[in-house]
Amino acid sequence: MSAITLVPAFVRRTSFIELNARARANELTDPGTGREMLGPFERLESPWLPEQGIAPQSDDGCVVIKGQIGGKPVVIVALEGGFQAGSMGEVSGAKMTAALDLAARDSQNGKKTAAVLLLETGGVRLQEANLGLAAIAEVISSLLALRQHAPIITVIAGTVGCFGGMSLVAGLSSYIVMTPEARLGLNGAEVIEQESGIEEFDSSDRALIWAINGGEQRVGMGVADELVQDDAAKIAAAVRKYVEAGLPRVHRSQQVELYRDRIAAIDTSRQIDPLSIRKQWGTAKKVEGAK
Amino acid sequence: MEQLKFDYPSAKRRVDKKAHVGVAGSGDMEILMQPSDTGAAHVSVQTSVNGFSQSWKAVMDRFFSRYDGAVRIHINDAGATPGTVLLRLQQAAEVIDQ
Repeated sequence: MSAITLVPAFVRRTSFIELNARARANELTDPGTGREMLGPFERLESPWLPEQGIAPQSDDGCVVIKGQIGGKPVVIVALEGGFQAGSMGEVSGAKMTAALDLAARDSQNGKKTAAVLLLETGGVRLQEANLGLAAIAEVISSLLALRQHAPIITVIAGTVGCFGGMSLVAGLSSYIVMTPEARLGLNGAEVIEQESGIEEFDSSDRALIWAINGGEQRVGMGVADELVQDDAAKIAAAVRKYVEAGLPRVHRSQQVELYRDRIAAIDTSRQIDPLSIRKQWGTAKKVEGAK
Repeated sequence: MEQLKFDYPSAKRRVDKKAHVGVAGSGDMEILMQPSDTGAAHVSVQTSVNGFSQSWKAVMDRFFSRYDGAVRIHINDAGATPGTVLLRLQQAAEVIDQ
């Protein structure tokens, strides 16, 4: 038996979580097809951070790569969780918006271009306040335009997760792929604790947070499509599958009636727990479009 | 916020690759290293921690005492320690000379 077979596959795998935004994007494209747009040497930095004594980053934490997945044209937008928690500012927002707009234009002209969003983000960059809010509004409007022509695949790998305004972007995308380490939610645990008290949500209770916001629960209750282990090859395969699948028949966010009925049916006289929601929603009529 | 500049006229060896390493996250920094068109090395640093220009100069002097490359370096620093700075410089040099 050679030494290599003694090493478990889990150790030999390439961890996706441990890669930075650029390396993550490059793991997904077909070899030799990826080309970065507005890379770090263009020095498109946030003009607002240095004024507040904060170091900017030369790509503003937003990596845009055009390329192919399974031979189909895609644009990948990866947010760098290590820089300001992947928050959206004026520049990173403009990069993401422009990438989605160009994909929509190509798609309208017959070259269907899917978007893959690697979201590690706390949402709006508070230091850029209204500009960050406006950026997310623009991203959403561009996403809705592209969504009529080509699928938008969101990957949340961790460990930052996807929160705030960018969780709306995730919710509007065609498919969501998550790892068990990833979290998805509107308000983060610390924000809820700060606003409503520790009785409402204890942000130091990791088991509680993951039971509610974690990838397993989100896929289990049907608000995300696929749970994939932290393995670059497996995540790339999941993304390829959804790029090839094309548009879902109905997007999750279009099923307003379904979700309105589900929420109305919840018994609020008792404390809701994650597992019963998973039973009620996950095994109920499968969400259309979800695989 | 502090801006620092250093020049190393003795670093003359031509390089023709670029390197981008690191992230401007807490305790870390980002380096952009690319060929310089003046035939000498130039460094610009933007750091969020004020008052350490002597330490920066010492680390840069140390790096260029061993590294001969006509490179233009820009650093966005979010509080990297001198050890981290030197490691990031060596990492960028390694990427360029691979």
